[in-house]
Amino acid sequence: MTAGAPPVTPPVTPIVTLRGVSRTYPSGTLALDRLSLSVEPGEFLTLLGPSGCGKTTLLRLIAGLAEPSDGRIEWSPDGGARRLGFVFQEPTLMPWARVEDNIRLPLMLAAVSPAESAARVGEAIAHVGLEGFERAYPRELSGGMKMRVSIARALVTRPQILLMDEPFAALDEITRFKLENDLSSLAHRPRLTVLFVTHSVFESVYLGSRVVVLSPRPGRVAAEFRVDSPAPRGEAFRTSSAYLEACRQVSALLASAMDLPLTLAPSPSGGEGTRPTSDAT
Amino acid sequence: MRRRNHLLAPALVGLVALAAWEAVVRMEGIPPYILPGPILIARTVVADWGTLFPSLLVTLAITGAAFLVAAVLGLALAVVFTQSTFIERAFFPYAVILQVTPIVAIAPLIILWVKWIPLALLICAWLVAFFPVLSNTVLGLTSTDKNLVDLFRLYGATRWQAFRYLRLPSALPYFLGGLKISGGLALIGAVVAEFVAGTGGAQSGLAFRILEAGYTLQIPRMFAALFLISAAGVLIFALLTGLSRVALRRWHESELEPGD
Repeated sequence: MTAGAPPVTPPVTPIVTLRGVSRTYPSGTLALDRLSLSVEPGEFLTLLGPSGCGKTTLLRLIAGLAEPSDGRIEWSPDGGARRLGFVFQEPTLMPWARVEDNIRLPLMLAAVSPAESAARVGEAIAHVGLEGFERAYPRELSGGMKMRVSIARALVTRPQILLMDEPFAALDEITRFKLENDLSSLAHRPRLTVLFVTHSVFESVYLGSRVVVLSPRPGRVAAEFRVDSPAPRGEAFRTSSAYLEACRQVSALLASAMDLPLTLAPSPSGGEGTRPTSDAT
Repeated sequence: MRRRNHLLAPALVGLVALAAWEAVVRMEGIPPYILPGPILIARTVVADWGTLFPSLLVTLAITGAAFLVAAVLGLALAVVFTQSTFIERAFFPYAVILQVTPIVAIAPLIILWVKWIPLALLICAWLVAFFPVLSNTVLGLTSTDKNLVDLFRLYGATRWQAFRYLRLPSALPYFLGGLKISGGLALIGAVVAEFVAGTGGAQSGLAFRILEAGYTLQIPRMFAALFLISAAGVLIFALLTGLSRVALRRWHESELEPGD
């Protein structure tokens, strides 16, 4: 478990646990340094960190797209084959395929029967509010709509865990707010487990039930923060004092995380103790 | 409206140029065996249609066959080359050598080795035409969106699925671009090979008609044959452009309507 996890955490089996995971790039740069983290079922975990702290690398390791140089990634034994959905920074759609065919892709690759996949694609389209755009091509859609297609494609396999890599970073604020609201209720309804990477303090607090703050490269867990406001959250939460106070505290944690490498530098062997302890509300 | 202007502007330029040509020929009194005017050339096309048209068909048959082989083999070789960097590194230089060696220089050898002339011509035309398809398709197959590659891996796509549903469609615009270049080159290759071969008799293409007309000083017929070659080239280009538009218009940037 993560150091300093608050006592309110129920004793549940995490979906995935990272134990001392390090990742060194072929160039020799250390991207992640002995990072430990566990994702519990049903939580919306946001990973907050500055650019280049290895957030994307972390998601790729969890997704199995890269191997850790050191440490272990353990999955909960139940559920058999692990199902995960991945949403990239860019919508990453096939431009030659219609919306419905883009969303169907994971099912097609898994050779799911046409009847079953038609039902699941319809369900995913309804979830992200893309009804009426099934036959459209990606280039006919706005950035926000493309991202909805990308999310629908990730949901269509009914994943145990949804990995999202700064999916809204390239969108305008109005579209982003709308997608954040929708994602918040989306994740709440069938109780999705989400691991959401972001470099925005506001986004991490707005969406997350737990915010994990990463240090600059090499990335490691610097602090964590529990956001107790119930999900799904809406515009009312965005202007509430609880939200603003949480943002202020997470900002402070991030600011001290940014200083972390400097305090660590003189004593790389005993760095563990100089970490700010996690802060729970 | 815009589309009509696309056709109107070049048509106007062509008309003015032809009128000027005709005017110069008439005013300067240039004899037809030096430079025939466009009207005389048009008349010759009609008058000699019985000789020229079968030759056009012969040239087009060689061109078409060479183009098809270039398309199929270029695509197939590109697929093979991109299966491993070893294969690509080992064979690609030879493809380049074949491409950069002037066809006029190898055509006599090929005609010497291959007894059946149409096949020799086809090989020459193919040599000129296949490289653009090969190099373009290799580029297309290797420039797939890296995130999409990851996505396919994530969802457990087999090698075949990733090829069929990702790399092949990604390469399609490049392949079609290669075809557009190849079409014209196949015609050039066929004509050059015919020149070198100099075949006579019933199986002779337009290049032989040009040679023949040159020997007998039938310069208007030479121009008529030349005109047919150019027209065939334009037609091939138009057909391939149309094919590319039909295949890509729904999704690829290159084929979007202006203002779309």
